[in-house]
Amino acid sequence: MANHEDIVTTKEITLSMGPQHPSAHGVLHLVLDMQGERILKASPDIGYLHRGTEKIAENLLYFQFVPYTDRLDYMCGMTNNLAYVQAVEKLLEIEMPERAKYIRVVAAEMSRIAGHLLSIGAWALDLGAMTVLLYAFREREMVLDLFEMLCGARMTFNYLRVGGVRRDVTPEFKEKCLEFVKLFPSRINDYEQLLTGNRIWLKRNKGVGVISAENAISLGLSGPNIRGSGVKWDIRKDEPYLVYDRIDFDIPTGENGDCFDRYMVRINEMRQSARIIEQALTQIPDGDCCADTPEIVPPKRKDIETNMESLIHHFKLISQGFKTPKGEVYSSIEAPKGELGVYIVSDGSEKPFRLKLRVPSFVNLQSVDTMCKNQYFADVIAIISSLDPVFGEVDK
Amino acid sequence: MDINTLIEVALITVKVILVSSILFALPIPLTWIERKVAGHIQLRLGPFRVGWHGILQPIADMIKLMFKEDIIPDKADKWLFKLAPIISLVPIFLTFATVPVGDKITVLGREITLYISDMNVGILYILAVAGIGVYGLIFGGWASNSKYALLGSMRSSAQMISYELALSFAAIGVVMVSNSLSLVDIVNSQKVSTWNICYQPLGFIIFIIAGLAEINRIPFDLSEDEGTLAAGYHVEYSSMRFSFFMLAEYVAMVLMSVLAVILFFGGWSGHAILPPIVWFLIKVSAFIYFFMWVRFTFPRYRYDQLMTIGWKILLPLSLVNILITGLFVI
Amino acid sequence: MELIFFYIFAIVALASAIAVISIRNPVHSAIFLMVCFLQVAALFVLLRSPFLAAVQIFVYVGAVMVLFLFAVLILDLGRERFGEYLHHQSPIAIIVVVGLIFVIGLGLARGKLDAPLGKYTEAELVKNIEVTGELLYTKYVFPFEVISLLLLVAMVGAIVLVMKERK
Repeated sequence: MANHEDIVTTKEITLSMGPQHPSAHGVLHLVLDMQGERILKASPDIGYLHRGTEKIAENLLYFQFVPYTDRLDYMCGMTNNLAYVQAVEKLLEIEMPERAKYIRVVAAEMSRIAGHLLSIGAWALDLGAMTVLLYAFREREMVLDLFEMLCGARMTFNYLRVGGVRRDVTPEFKEKCLEFVKLFPSRINDYEQLLTGNRIWLKRNKGVGVISAENAISLGLSGPNIRGSGVKWDIRKDEPYLVYDRIDFDIPTGENGDCFDRYMVRINEMRQSARIIEQALTQIPDGDCCADTPEIVPPKRKDIETNMESLIHHFKLISQGFKTPKGEVYSSIEAPKGELGVYIVSDGSEKPFRLKLRVPSFVNLQSVDTMCKNQYFADVIAIISSLDPVFGEVDK
Repeated sequence: MDINTLIEVALITVKVILVSSILFALPIPLTWIERKVAGHIQLRLGPFRVGWHGILQPIADMIKLMFKEDIIPDKADKWLFKLAPIISLVPIFLTFATVPVGDKITVLGREITLYISDMNVGILYILAVAGIGVYGLIFGGWASNSKYALLGSMRSSAQMISYELALSFAAIGVVMVSNSLSLVDIVNSQKVSTWNICYQPLGFIIFIIAGLAEINRIPFDLSEDEGTLAAGYHVEYSSMRFSFFMLAEYVAMVLMSVLAVILFFGGWSGHAILPPIVWFLIKVSAFIYFFMWVRFTFPRYRYDQLMTIGWKILLPLSLVNILITGLFVI
Repeated sequence: MELIFFYIFAIVALASAIAVISIRNPVHSAIFLMVCFLQVAALFVLLRSPFLAAVQIFVYVGAVMVLFLFAVLILDLGRERFGEYLHHQSPIAIIVVVGLIFVIGLGLARGKLDAPLGKYTEAELVKNIEVTGELLYTKYVFPFEVISLLLLVAMVGAIVLVMKERK
């Protein structure tokens, strides 16, 4: 006679979640070992969107790689631009005019708002609250419109250039941007009204996907995900770049390290970003928006059209690029998803010898198994949303 | 058979045909309304291209669904796979056999009742037969031979067991107040005194929550749970078979609205300025709107939380409700 | 007219009951069991007992079968293993079934299976619920309570089993 346990047992099943799944945030393929609805093991399987970005960089002139960075974390391309050009500038050791620094801060913070809005909207959608996504898109649309005013593009900007920014800020942009920043906090209240006090939202997120501060550090989490665990680590404060040290803002942190804390951190970060933009726009000095380094920064459009020497100079610079000193450099910024670092090895030519991107989503994603263990299947969705991976970035 | 019996039979046949065709046609306006409601809640316009304000959109969808390829997975249990949409659709239609939309009207000197049959076990019959509909979900999910679909059907079977109990217990309170199981009698008893909502506020809350779970709508739509299970039990369905599930879901929503109105809001009773049937339709529409409103406002619960609410909160509360009602009735 | 319906329902009920035990796929069996229950409910309607019919559908089709199916879905009872498991019960089952048929046959032969509601008139039968309720709480209150107790014990037993497993 067959053993009792043999017959009456619940089956352990392996479920492939993704790469085609409504909550896979792109092309995440999560292999879930489940007992009923409980998760025993969650192993991410990545690489469906691999484009060999780092290898591509080795065959491109330094400035030619900027558009590729837009396609890393395509939800907030500005910060990727920033991380890359900042690394190249560090390698070149050039100093930028103040105005460019402020413009970069504004652009980066708007990018953060755009990224967090999508993150929270998609998160709510995955947990069933579809309306929040549409509300978030209303504001994201405003941010994208502002980006369009700033650089003519909405998603893939190619706005920052080595040595400055491509176009100066216009007074209309400044005015519109300040208007948006004034309006935005009330709109955040809208989302909070729909989610923060909502019993169901609390039940789905509180105590779900808990990760302790020690674990978060040892797994290399960064950005809102580590701050949700109560670790006050923000590169903007700890290793200030641009003009962040002159701007007054807070670093929101959580306590329990659960999904809800990560949600609250994102909500509060958006408020802080609005504060930063407002300060940066009011403090912004007059001046040039590019460094005065003709060997790196191409001449102005107006000069090219009227001046023969400028035209030749522009042609030479665009076709040959610029050489960098031999050496290695690592520079990182606080991207919306976490620490976005760029490591460049230069052999003295006009192309990088090796480029390595330390992308936050990739590192954050490795904590998915720790967070999902012994949680329910539906929690996996909340956890992935709270980690907010973007697959342009994870797969590179 | 004399002529009177023949007319009676003919009348019932006409009523049956009328009710079924109305129910079949209902999703056409309802999907349009649901999308418009969704659109306006979500700061968009909803369908706008087909016809005036997109009013013909459901027709376009219907045509599209009809011409879509009907895919049956290779490893599916084909017999059951084909049967499941029908199982989910038929019982929910059957329930309307005893749903009254009004009392009696006199046409050409003959009294015509605005219901097909006034069973003396009306409410019990409706709850029992509506419960069969869940088999469509269970069989559909199982027969698809897909893990997502199976999880969906497992969830729906567990959900249905836990919430049907609370739903019926909430209805028992009304039955005790009205002293009858017949829907017509329940409405008539509310005409004499006030609406049952005044006597049964707790019962109404339990009924509406359990009702949301029973008809699988957010925040309790775990059996299809787009976020987790992709589409749950009907993930493998396409074409008309898929639309059967949708049809059943919409009719179930209408049924739940109708039941809420009849049990708690006095059915077709209302001020004399409007005919009773108009009152009835207004009340039902209000509930349908309520269900749509809820859908586009709340996130959904997790499976175990759903069970907790069902067994640990709603069921004891409904028992308390029965106890309190019992004390007052006696 | 009624007789025709009776035969239709009875034949379908019997046929599906046979299908339940002869089909190997547990889910298919479950469907036929459901059909069988529905036919029995229809028979109750013919017997002027709509209340019992509704309860039959409500309890057996609506609740018991769903639980059955839930167990089948979650436990993955393989066909062969399922048969193996039930093998040793069959001798006892046969004895019980034969005994039951004998007892029922005996009762029928002696004409002792009268409906207890026989003394009620047609009009009273329409008020089926009141009659049933009254009988349950007066004449048959003792068996009613015993059955309630039995169900309670079964429920407590199930909970105890689950609690034990968790430890």
